[in-house]
Amino acid sequence: MAKREKTAKAAPVDVETLADEETVVAVAEVIETDLGDDAGALVELTDYTEYFIQGGDFEEVVAAQQARGDETVVINMGPQHPSTHGVLRLQVELDGESVTSIRPAIGFLHSGIEKAMEHRTWVQGSTFVTRMDYLMPMFNETAYCLGVEKLLGIEAPERANILRVLVMELNRMASHLVAIGTGGMEIGALTVMTIAFREREMILDFFEALCGTRMNHAYVRPGGVSIDLPDDGLAQLRTVIEWFHKHLNEYAGFCNENPIFKARMSGIATMTLAQAMTMGATGPILRATGYPWDLRKKQPYCGYEDYDFDVITWDTADAYGRYRIRLSELHESLKIIEQCYEKLKQTAGQPIMVEDPKLAMPGQLTLGPDGQGNAFTHVKQVMGESMEGLIHHFKLVSEGFRVPAGQVYTAIESPKGELGCHIVSDGGTRPYRVHFRDPGFHHLQSLPIISEGGMLSDVVVAVASLDPVLGGVDR
Amino acid sequence: MTELSGVPAPQVQPVRKGMWGEPPGDVSGFAGISRPIVRHVRASRPYGSWYDAVVDRLQELVPGLGDEVNTEYDELTIYVPKDQLLAVVKATRDDAYLRFETCQSVCGVHYPDQGGAELHVVYALLSMTHNRRLCLEVALSDEDPVVDSVTSVYPAADWHERETWDMYGVIFEGHPGLTRILMPDDWDGHPGRKDYPLGGVPHEFKGARVAPVEERRSY
Repeated sequence: MAKREKTAKAAPVDVETLADEETVVAVAEVIETDLGDDAGALVELTDYTEYFIQGGDFEEVVAAQQARGDETVVINMGPQHPSTHGVLRLQVELDGESVTSIRPAIGFLHSGIEKAMEHRTWVQGSTFVTRMDYLMPMFNETAYCLGVEKLLGIEAPERANILRVLVMELNRMASHLVAIGTGGMEIGALTVMTIAFREREMILDFFEALCGTRMNHAYVRPGGVSIDLPDDGLAQLRTVIEWFHKHLNEYAGFCNENPIFKARMSGIATMTLAQAMTMGATGPILRATGYPWDLRKKQPYCGYEDYDFDVITWDTADAYGRYRIRLSELHESLKIIEQCYEKLKQTAGQPIMVEDPKLAMPGQLTLGPDGQGNAFTHVKQVMGESMEGLIHHFKLVSEGFRVPAGQVYTAIESPKGELGCHIVSDGGTRPYRVHFRDPGFHHLQSLPIISEGGMLSDVVVAVASLDPVLGGVDR
Repeated sequence: MTELSGVPAPQVQPVRKGMWGEPPGDVSGFAGISRPIVRHVRASRPYGSWYDAVVDRLQELVPGLGDEVNTEYDELTIYVPKDQLLAVVKATRDDAYLRFETCQSVCGVHYPDQGGAELHVVYALLSMTHNRRLCLEVALSDEDPVVDSVTSVYPAADWHERETWDMYGVIFEGHPGLTRILMPDDWDGHPGRKDYPLGGVPHEFKGARVAPVEERRSY
């Protein structure tokens, strides 16, 4: 064990960043009074001891800390902690095992997606937003495309909307399964994780058969979707539905009345309705307080008003309630998927993209055995017969289309809560600004509220009940 | 279509030229075309829907609030002078007729060509009681990018304001801890701004050199 007495260092105040001249003068005076002429020196704040644990030396650390006679310990969870759902860093101040203060630190997965999108065409935007929250890519794409369509003043055709609802609900199930599965794993219920990933695999297989990729699909495009169901798509969908009918009830059997599961989650990470409203919480967190707020019902989009499903609420406002809501929503999503199945049967052969040649890609893609989409008749036509067709295709891909100037804020109900997309266009072929209001980002700031005063072990449950995905949080 | 007077008009009206961007590369024959870019279109009364009632009520509660309103795309955006922002958000949250309980998002936008109003901050408010959405937009100048923090009214705006500071350099006065959130603490500059380069290096694909995104032809 290495132990080092250390003093905290604070950087000198950067006077240039302060706008107010008077403040600058005041700060300068403070610096002069405190430090004399040596204004650039580091300021000593408080003494503390830093321990470096190298393994097997815990007894020494404990003894050293006991000799110090100070009960407060500051530990750092993450950014590589397995139970933080990615690269989330938590600075936890502990008194014994009780959390006195917790501060989440994010940004480790920041990839500048919003900025990068400003340099690509509107259609390419789909391929960027799908990588934000990688557990709900279909929602990112749909929120973005609904915004672009609003600016363009177009609406996707009926079958495209059905396909969007289908992939969104499948994706909602996949996201909830991961939330339940990893949440269960973190409190020791490993089987819940293995069966949740087994079920999710069915959904990913369906996505792969549909559009060639298991994640990062860019399936939803401005104006519709990229590709129709494959020939055996409905049969595959039926297989998925049957699978879920058979297996979804296992979760309730494993977890609902499991004494360990309940003891770890009941009354943990509570957030009352007033707190949820204050913190702008949405999704399962808000519905766990008994408030039936679901944008699919309140502000319908993609034709959700035509589907029959219930908004699930719970009355305990804790981690267990959020789990029960996710579990019940799996069944509700399955209900919607069954309705999509019927609607897809009835609308077979209808267009999946707006019929505007200046917006929609020419040629109808089909999925090859290599997982790549291709349109052979179209390629044959533009390469062999139509020079104009080739130019048109080239311009549509390289230049893209223009979107009228203005700004919109579209919000949809993602598995985690409200997913908002604020798009600004200046009338060009590229987005001027795209901002995603990610529910994980928004909810993580409530973590101190729901975990301070509790036990350290409950922090893990609290994070899991918020279900943040750091790809979306950091964007 | 008139532009808002509260948002200072750009010193040079932004225009879009030609079909393919700047003339040398534009061989389409349309290189001479020049069209103005009109942003922030001001709506005139009646605004329609519930918009009139909300704007009236807000003007009643916050005396002196102008009628700079945008209703494009069926969304209500009210342009708020920065010294009235706190009064406005207090009214939107506390008044029973307005009751926008939550601030769902804060978003910065950078318009470098709008002299005196380069930085815009857009607040997306949501009323669950009335099932309405409202956007508030504040325009700030590059020289004085300071605006009151709304965290005292909407605590949930905390991280969103930190993100806007981080990405755009907007200073939210009264924020409990305005530090960087996505970028490292010692980062220089504010990467969301239009004058901050995207960066990137050229790469080779099947023998051809592909320029970084920013150096490619833009349309």
